[in-house]
Amino acid sequence: MRLAVVGAGAVGRSVLELADEYGHDVVAVADSTTAAVDPDGVAAGEVLARKRETDTVGDDEPAAALSAEYDALVEATPTTLGDAEPGFSHVRRALERDRHVVLANKGPVAERYGDVRELEADSAGSVLFEAAVGGAIPVLSTVADLNGQVTAARGVLNGTANFILSRMAAEGLGYEHVLAEAQDLGVAETDPTFDVEGTDAALKCVILANVLYGGGYTLADAAVDGIADLPGSALELAAEDGRTIRLVGEVSDGEVRVGPRLVPENGTLAVSGTLNIVQLETDHAGRLNISGRGAGGPETASAVLADVGRLPPR
Amino acid sequence: MSETGSYTVRLELVDEPGELLRALRPIADNGGNLLSIFHERGNVTPRGHIPVEVDLEATPAQFDVIVDALRDAGVNVIQAGAERYSEELTVVLVGHLVETDLSDTLQRFQDCGGASVADVSLSAPAGTDEPSSARLRLVASEGRSADALATVREVAAEKELRVVEPLTEGSA
Repeated sequence: MRLAVVGAGAVGRSVLELADEYGHDVVAVADSTTAAVDPDGVAAGEVLARKRETDTVGDDEPAAALSAEYDALVEATPTTLGDAEPGFSHVRRALERDRHVVLANKGPVAERYGDVRELEADSAGSVLFEAAVGGAIPVLSTVADLNGQVTAARGVLNGTANFILSRMAAEGLGYEHVLAEAQDLGVAETDPTFDVEGTDAALKCVILANVLYGGGYTLADAAVDGIADLPGSALELAAEDGRTIRLVGEVSDGEVRVGPRLVPENGTLAVSGTLNIVQLETDHAGRLNISGRGAGGPETASAVLADVGRLPPR
Repeated sequence: MSETGSYTVRLELVDEPGELLRALRPIADNGGNLLSIFHERGNVTPRGHIPVEVDLEATPAQFDVIVDALRDAGVNVIQAGAERYSEELTVVLVGHLVETDLSDTLQRFQDCGGASVADVSLSAPAGTDEPSSARLRLVASEGRSADALATVREVAAEKELRVVEPLTEGSA
């Protein structure tokens, strides 16, 4: 397929780098200020080098990528809340042109799921967004394969928060100390708010709720509590009792909740480091556990490219 | 009408003279037949109470009256025969626990009915600026743990405490 990649962060760059391996051509790529368009396929190596050196991807305006002749738009711009712009407009534009859309950006399907589905209904294009929930972990495709059998989902969906909690528990270190360490390692962003306040995990749960319950959820419908400033003593007390604390998102009985939860220390949900895990409750198959890397450029790009492979041909 | 059955009542007593006698009186006064008393003197709960296990015979009707009478007498009944306080619930509270009156917090959890605070571990690092943490084990009668948790949330919200809840059922 011919792909247009919008957004040149870690995910967008990895899609550009790996597309060829999956048999696809990237015919357009854009970051927030520039674009490169080539109907025969852009030279990934050159674009990546240029991005590294000058923080631009080409000489064209970003709009040129959106109007290029592609089959599927890969939307990998940063997640935004509320109106989910500019991601939402990118999705709209592609669907109105009867093109497919593959999202890594959580905003449009967390905050405007109904609008996205409505646009999709009027379009010959389809929308997939595996990469938006759990990075490399095939959560949504598993849910789809189970054909309506999934009744509830829960899991650890933020690697940064999980890294902080597992380091605090393992080393007996304080929150601030571990956060600083995570920032040094590049596990946490300079502004870690989205991760430690639970917003990122909540968006993923909201998307799951939209998929499981047929839409109608936004971030405002989620009860969200984060792990910021959790004292080490809380983890110590949990450990004395054979438990630990994880930031767990739950989607069940029509409700979405994210917060620190007590889980058995050696239980399934107590994954360590930056790993993520999702548990699906099903009608006939019992509980399924899927764990893996929930973030990272190549990891998330693999989910994007798996979605591209699932798209109907145009 | 009803047959006499045997019941086990688990009580927690304050370590003071006369407490055991006070706890046993409502049993005898209401027609219960004491079978055995296991007074775990060496085994003090984290709150400094002494657990006592009492086996008795009574009709179901008498037994209900006995449990009520024990509670009226201020005796802490943890487990009462068939009405097993079977659902356990562990939560961790974080915040200014001491400043917001921990004993009042615990009392209110207890007062919500159907639940009892079985033990408490407090970790308060030096200095009152730092938030402290407490791990509580609540035992709730069957089907009441959701109510107990709701009370915990409500009291915690009022006192600006954070609650680290256990995962909902079947999640181990």
